[in-house]
Amino acid sequence: MMQWETVIGLEVHVQLATQSKIFSGASTAFGAEPNTQACAVDLGMPGVLPVLNENAVAMAVKFGLAVDAEIPETSLFERKNYFYPDLPKGYQTSQMAQPIVGPGKVEITLDDGSTRSVRIHHAHLEEDAGKSLHEDYHGMTGIDLNRAGTPLLEIVSEPDMRSAKEAVAYIKALHAIVTYLGISDGNMAEGSMRCDVNVSVRPKGQAAFGTRAEIKNVNSFRFVEKAIAFEVERQIELIEDGGQVVQETRLFDPERDETRGMRTKEEANDYRYFPCPDLLPVTLDGAYVDHQRALMPELPSEKRRRFENQLGLSAYDAGVLASSRAMAEYFEAVKDVCGDAKQAANWVQGELSANLNRENLEIGDSPVTAEQLGGLIQRVMDDTISGKAAKQVFQALWDGEEDSADAIIEARGLKQVTDTGAIEGMIDQVIADSPVQVAQYREADESKRGKMIGYFVGQVMKASRGTANPQQVNSLLKQKLDQA
Amino acid sequence: MAIEHADVLRAAHLARVGLSEDEATGYVDDLSRILKMVDQLQAVDTQDIIPLAHPLDATQRLRPDEVTEHSQRERFQACAPAVTDGLYLVPRVVE
Repeated sequence: MMQWETVIGLEVHVQLATQSKIFSGASTAFGAEPNTQACAVDLGMPGVLPVLNENAVAMAVKFGLAVDAEIPETSLFERKNYFYPDLPKGYQTSQMAQPIVGPGKVEITLDDGSTRSVRIHHAHLEEDAGKSLHEDYHGMTGIDLNRAGTPLLEIVSEPDMRSAKEAVAYIKALHAIVTYLGISDGNMAEGSMRCDVNVSVRPKGQAAFGTRAEIKNVNSFRFVEKAIAFEVERQIELIEDGGQVVQETRLFDPERDETRGMRTKEEANDYRYFPCPDLLPVTLDGAYVDHQRALMPELPSEKRRRFENQLGLSAYDAGVLASSRAMAEYFEAVKDVCGDAKQAANWVQGELSANLNRENLEIGDSPVTAEQLGGLIQRVMDDTISGKAAKQVFQALWDGEEDSADAIIEARGLKQVTDTGAIEGMIDQVIADSPVQVAQYREADESKRGKMIGYFVGQVMKASRGTANPQQVNSLLKQKLDQA
Repeated sequence: MAIEHADVLRAAHLARVGLSEDEATGYVDDLSRILKMVDQLQAVDTQDIIPLAHPLDATQRLRPDEVTEHSQRERFQACAPAVTDGLYLVPRVVE
């Protein structure tokens, strides 16, 4: 049986979070009425001229710096020519020969915590096209040009990935970088990150690449994994049955979970690039690049290392918490309030994440603020409440009952009883009420008593309505039962 | 480099330019002469010359990232052959 190796390269289109379009002053806001954000420049009206958005340039440069890329002093815009109704000018203004971001590299983290590097071939600026709506409009296609001219950064990797999991880890790493930098909202459902995946297979050990297929329309982490898995299987079967992979563009269909060849005309890929006469070369000097570098926040990989080395978190915890900027900032705010990184990490990854997942919320939408969660953890750490009561308090905060853990503890009477006298009183009552169990306990072998004491602990906790300190109950019970 | 009839038809199709057979034949001659001139230029040693991206010796000016254009949909759509629900309508395109 032949052993196959998968080779994957990705082209990721990131929609930049500018206010206005790359070459015009029209808004880029998502969800507006059709064609209300398509101005004369976006529509390709005669006589208009593009003027480049300074923020799109700054965002591209920041991305380049985040992936250790070279930022060339000069970059050029070119025209990529093709005809499609949602491309009003008949060309897409893009970059090819001299892109704004040169070769770089991204560190990816796999599920087992190991890291490796994926090379970036280059990244370039370009404009997005509009949207074609193929629902039936009297037998015609509807065109919405609001998206036309939205700035995109296309990030092209080298074919460095060897499995679907590595490809997903790479996209996640890019997602973390662009959202940390604040250059994109990274919202895949709204199309802020779109992927074209180049996949080929080759016999293990062979140096030359196999023929690749390009899969378009892959717009979620999960779809990337599924599309690659399907495509690899298809190519291997094809070759093993004596066939050959054809270089082509395929479309991923998430409903059927398969890729399909697109009907493409022979000349479809003849884009006849040439320098755009409407745009001059863009020059960026060292001072500009240094200025952008100074504006950059701490990046995910730096944060991960700091969480591990300075806060003493495990590699796994550090990786999860640093994976998104919102999560990292929330965690750090909780830690600052409660003063304990490990506890803060446990609560954010445990109770909080479980609740967010269950209700399908992002951390930014959490009904429990970092301030509130930090306050709750403080009360666990100073023994005001038990761990069990803390979960109740968390749920009450989540449901918005009161606006602080202290208020909920007060309102529900959850303050832990640590007064030995009070606990002893409850224990004496339980012992008096359970003569049969007490006799059994005292006759039992020492080795079995540990298990049997659970009954008494339960009764005391019940009597205290959960407010007795369980450690104290345990040790006092043991003393009293063993006394006889 | 010689240009053939099929090349002219292909270039015309890519640019969506309609040519009659006679016009195409004429362009084969015209374009071939232009390419001959290009061949002549190829003889010049351009080893150390940076390709010229733009005839103006200037660099691109940048604009602040501000929304300055507001909807003029009705005016733009007044000259469109067909619109509905704010969409431009075009002959059906199937991917």
